Amino acid sequence: MLALRPRQRIVSVWLPLWATDRLRRELGDAAPPSDVPLLLAGRDGSRRVALAVDLAGRKIGLSVGMPIAKAQALFPGLVVMDARPDADREALERLALWLQQRVAPIVAVDGQDGLVLETTGTDHLHGGEAAMLRDVVHRLQGAGFTARAVVADTLGTAFAVARTTKDAVVVVDPGNCAKALSGLPVGVLRLPSETVSGLTDLGLTRIRDLENAPRAPLTLRFGDGLVRRLDQAYGRVGEPIHPIRPVDPVMVSRNFAEPIAAAETIARYVGLLAPLLCVELEKRGLGARRLDLMLHRVDSAMQVVRVTLARPVRDSKYLTRLLSERIETIEPGFGIERMELFAAQAEPIEQRQRVSALTEEPTADLSGLIDTLVNRLGSDALYRVVPLESDVPERSVQRVPPLAPVTDASRWPDQWPRPTRLLSKPEVVQAVAELPDQPPRFFIWRGIRRKVKCADGPERVFGEWWSRDAERTVVRDYFRVEDTNGERFWLYRAGDGEHGETGSQNWFIHGIFG
Amino acid sequence: MAAPVTPPPLDALREKIRRMEGRLGHRKAAAPLGVPEIDQKLPGGGLPLGALHEVAGGGDDAVNAAVAARFSAGLAALTGGQVLWIAKKADLFAPSLQQAGLPPTRVVFVEVESDADGLACFEEGLRHGGLSAVVAEVGRLTMTASRRLQLAAESGGALGIAIRRWPRLANGADFGKPTASSTRWRVSAMPSAELPVQGVGQSRWLLELIRTRSGESGVFEVEAGDGPAGLRIAGAPTPPAHRIGVVAALGY
Repeated sequence: MLALRPRQRIVSVWLPLWATDRLRRELGDAAPPSDVPLLLAGRDGSRRVALAVDLAGRKIGLSVGMPIAKAQALFPGLVVMDARPDADREALERLALWLQQRVAPIVAVDGQDGLVLETTGTDHLHGGEAAMLRDVVHRLQGAGFTARAVVADTLGTAFAVARTTKDAVVVVDPGNCAKALSGLPVGVLRLPSETVSGLTDLGLTRIRDLENAPRAPLTLRFGDGLVRRLDQAYGRVGEPIHPIRPVDPVMVSRNFAEPIAAAETIARYVGLLAPLLCVELEKRGLGARRLDLMLHRVDSAMQVVRVTLARPVRDSKYLTRLLSERIETIEPGFGIERMELFAAQAEPIEQRQRVSALTEEPTADLSGLIDTLVNRLGSDALYRVVPLESDVPERSVQRVPPLAPVTDASRWPDQWPRPTRLLSKPEVVQAVAELPDQPPRFFIWRGIRRKVKCADGPERVFGEWWSRDAERTVVRDYFRVEDTNGERFWLYRAGDGEHGETGSQNWFIHGIFG
Repeated sequence: MAAPVTPPPLDALREKIRRMEGRLGHRKAAAPLGVPEIDQKLPGGGLPLGALHEVAGGGDDAVNAAVAARFSAGLAALTGGQVLWIAKKADLFAPSLQQAGLPPTRVVFVEVESDADGLACFEEGLRHGGLSAVVAEVGRLTMTASRRLQLAAESGGALGIAIRRWPRLANGADFGKPTASSTRWRVSAMPSAELPVQGVGQSRWLLELIRTRSGESGVFEVEAGDGPAGLRIAGAPTPPAHRIGVVAALGY
């Protein structure tokens, strides 16, 4: 059973001050200043109690569950407002939908102040797990929300770590759940409060105590919920996540009477669903920018294939091909009983005139190839290089996305030969040269002594004083030199050869000519 | 361009073989290099499009691949369309490609982490059909891999150039192993001609055409002029000005 569980990566996002942060954001300028304690009141039976307390309130000792009258008596300056759990819940669902569009296809609301995302196989689209989580947390913080995000193999672990850590972003490496859990209190296992107090009475305060305790008596006393939560946290038992759905999704699905598992069968049904989805898209005049293929397994786990597209697309053959390439990443387990194909992000398709003038040559459409490669390598791997106005060689190039508009007018100045290879970091060479402006007679690079036969230069590059103060006086003198074998190098001297403040006067190699 | 005159019966036979191989759709075209001495050694009077070519640098250039990259950029520029350039190490300096005839509008770069990824992208690019040339910097290239690439190039019609680049000089011996590529070149830098004044003359390369399928091999000493002029045999008189615009870009 253990071996059959697919590798999963689950993100738990915790918004500890969700209700108050949300209210402050909603009120905008009318909200109380952030240093004034804010308390949201609700009813608990006949009493009015605090349902949410903001950071300033927590600092002065207010806590959730405190009677309002007591809090007001203790701190006369605090602001009390009515809690609106329904609005909070609705906003949390909207946030979940937003994350579903941006980050991962499976997103669910977790309690009143948390979200769960399954990011298996999608993190490479965001530059790795840590970068993905940082991005999420930064965006939430930018909108005024305190947030923590933790990724782990199981929901239980991610949940527990998120509620106990002090860091905004934590990545629990695959297979490290047990290590991450062992020292945490039992209270973060998502247990009923009476179970937690019962365990505390028994002296089982840490998760590792619980893990080491015999199971039968625990189950007898607390029911099987306790052991199930423990197993879920350790990844011994699966835990399905029920993702939220957008209100009006562009989606097609198919149920199977018999579960399917073979790659060919999956491919065949992908081939059947894609045209149906394209019909749906066509009805609305949309094209897919992001596609999620969700596969419900018989053991209630879910597998997702996410594909991103550079342009809105409605070509069923093409979508089928992109999805089919990712079929190898699916672990069907005991079989798949339901398949959903879902355009997670759809945009209107613009109709363009193909070629307007007879003289204009049609340019090939590369978006298909670029999609294929980006889905395989990640979005940073493909780029075009365009000129930037700078005389400093390493600053004269800039990477842009492969489909960014580049005009014929953007060219580098052509008057001087440029090396084919530019070393990412100039390397120091030992050189002997006449001062102030003669090329070196010879130089030693990577242990090889090269005698200079002829040289062109100097080409003087001045520091960019407008970008950095330290570059005010800096000068580089570039020389193109050819050694006795005919190999050509781009050397420079840091400094003008006369004045100490222009540089160290050391020689560097910066490029190799073809 | 003086293409070798092929007797008609041979043509008919070749056509027959092509039909047997099921490659009727793409009759191979060729891109002439603009140097008669080289072009007449190549089948069809130029570099066959829709085929895989290998380029390696000689000496230190097996590691740096600067001359090899410049030469390959010139070849890719001949094709006139979009170029995909796949590399593991992103140390290519784009302004130099522009001087070789590949402005920013024409090149998409792909940075890969492993040779295996690189070869997969290479094949994908060759098969796509929208690109006119795909250049990939690869180290090891097995017979199987090169055959896949050759077939992909045939089906897509793009010019495939594998720049062989090894992390260490010692690995360069790999270049001797057989592959399915159509042509195999080795380019090495040579001392340039002495100028009457101080300065560096035009780049001079020793261009070894080690292998050509259904063509001849040969060794040429070429000079690559500044700007969009093209290769010419070293020591030959400078081509008249009107040809400069006609001969496709090969950089210097």
